[in-house]
Amino acid sequence: MSCVLDVANVSVGFRQKGGVLPLVKNASLRLSAGQCLGILGESGSGKSMLCKAIAGLLDENFTVEGSIRFEGLQLLRQKPEKLRRLRGQKIGIVLQNPMSCFDPLYRIGEQMEETLAEHYNAGRRKIYTKCIEILELMRIRQAINVLAQYPHQLSGGMLQRVMIGLAVALDPVLIIADEPTTAIDSISQHSIMQEFVRIKEAGQVAMIFVSHDLGVLSRISDDVMVMHGGRVMEQGRAQDIFANAQDVYTRHLIEQHTAVMKRFCAAISPAV
Amino acid sequence: MKRYIIMRLLATVPLLLSISLLCFLFINLIPSDPAEVALRIRQTPIITEDAILQVRQELGLDQPFLVRYAQWLWSCIQLDFGVSYTNPARTVLGEIGRCLPTTLSLAGFSLLYVLILSLPIGFLSAVYKDSWFDRIMRGVVFTTTAMPAYWVGLLLIWFVSIKLDLLPTSGYGGLEHLLLPAFTVALTYISTYIRLIRNNMLENMREDYVLYAQARGLKQRNILVRHILKNSLQSCITAIGMSIPQLIAGTIVVENVFAWPGIGKLCITAIFNRDYPVIQAYVLMIGVLFVFFNLFFDILQYAADPRLRQGKSHA
Repeated sequence: MSCVLDVANVSVGFRQKGGVLPLVKNASLRLSAGQCLGILGESGSGKSMLCKAIAGLLDENFTVEGSIRFEGLQLLRQKPEKLRRLRGQKIGIVLQNPMSCFDPLYRIGEQMEETLAEHYNAGRRKIYTKCIEILELMRIRQAINVLAQYPHQLSGGMLQRVMIGLAVALDPVLIIADEPTTAIDSISQHSIMQEFVRIKEAGQVAMIFVSHDLGVLSRISDDVMVMHGGRVMEQGRAQDIFANAQDVYTRHLIEQHTAVMKRFCAAISPAV
Repeated sequence: MKRYIIMRLLATVPLLLSISLLCFLFINLIPSDPAEVALRIRQTPIITEDAILQVRQELGLDQPFLVRYAQWLWSCIQLDFGVSYTNPARTVLGEIGRCLPTTLSLAGFSLLYVLILSLPIGFLSAVYKDSWFDRIMRGVVFTTTAMPAYWVGLLLIWFVSIKLDLLPTSGYGGLEHLLLPAFTVALTYISTYIRLIRNNMLENMREDYVLYAQARGLKQRNILVRHILKNSLQSCITAIGMSIPQLIAGTIVVENVFAWPGIGKLCITAIFNRDYPVIQAYVLMIGVLFVFFNLFFDILQYAADPRLRQGKSHA
């Protein structure tokens, strides 16, 4: 399979008085179409920073070194305008906190149309139809009504679906999902995960899925990368890592997760 | 929406009553006899006890406080603010009606200055934060905020009118008479709004919706104007609503510096002459302006913000 994304020895730092504060050190990863890499780590581990670096979303206060090749294109040497054209089209991005990711002053439809109009050369009518298609694909009922709503009128799970819908709308090659299930309730979480699994199983896109939740990651990842304090602690096939972690920190995470799951199982069925 | 407006309108009634009571009370606490002052202004040669008593009766000052308040309030509601103590030939309403348009033209022109200057400067300062432009503007903002209006007015007269001989020093007339006093009134507001817009924009830039707008690949210009600026102005609406009556009231000093024949000048003259009805009417009018502009802009904000307008349908 052809390599979609090849990240080699990427370090991210934050410029501040008296030097550069390192946030990510020497991270490398490779992704092909249909493959999903899960990045596991607690908050502050640098996983979001790595994603933002790949998407070109870091401003001039940050330094990015190394190499990020996307379909053979060296992203770190591209102009911001070129990166902007990639984002939203070839690179779809889903963020956490769906409730605050939409501009409160515009209707959902206006924000979707605005995004499509930026990358998709079509008339208003066609863009509107496309928006309805996206919502229906995301199994949102009453799509026309939803388009006329303001963000505060929709639930977090619903807004997250809109975000996922927009991310896949223009047939992206890469999807970066940064903690997409963190800020929503567990029932929505379940159905959101179904959408991601569906997208992955279609086999068209490469996916980076960031989470601090082992359970979520184990459902979707082929490969897993564990980050802690800006360093990559462990990297490999998901089954290998979950079954037989080499790194102390990874083992600690897995043990804690298993302990919580055991307590949870004991609580819902005390007889077992 | 309709319910909200009705509730807000009803809530102004007790507020207006308290404003009128305080305004009447404070002016009656002034420790000099308006009857005596009135006699002096009318150039009565010898002021006797009898004459003072007569004028008191004539002006209704012999009644108890609450009776006078009730009478005054009742006639105010009918838009009758009485006659000037110093010049019984003129009604207060007529005086205010004569002076208000000149003040409004001054305040309106100041508002124009404020909008035209602070919006682009605030926007550019935020977009080019920490650039030379932003640094200079920050310096200007600090300096102008610290300078009192009457001093700025005098400096402008000295520099623009006397040294450069470009504009008239004072008085009422065409556009050239309006430029300097309006700028003087506007200056503090320009600084305030530059700072407000700049800080609101910088705050909004850190919001998630901006990051997501970038993630969707929107053009930076669209993000700045359509999203960040619009959200920043949202919180300026109430501030502008409060600034308009402040501009009208704030002309009082500048009108005296530039000899601008507006209500500010009328009020200062009335204060010197202890002309109670005029002072009361002025203070009451400014109070009412504050209440109604505040109300109007709250309703406007309510209409402009979908979160306030429609409430939460999905909690």
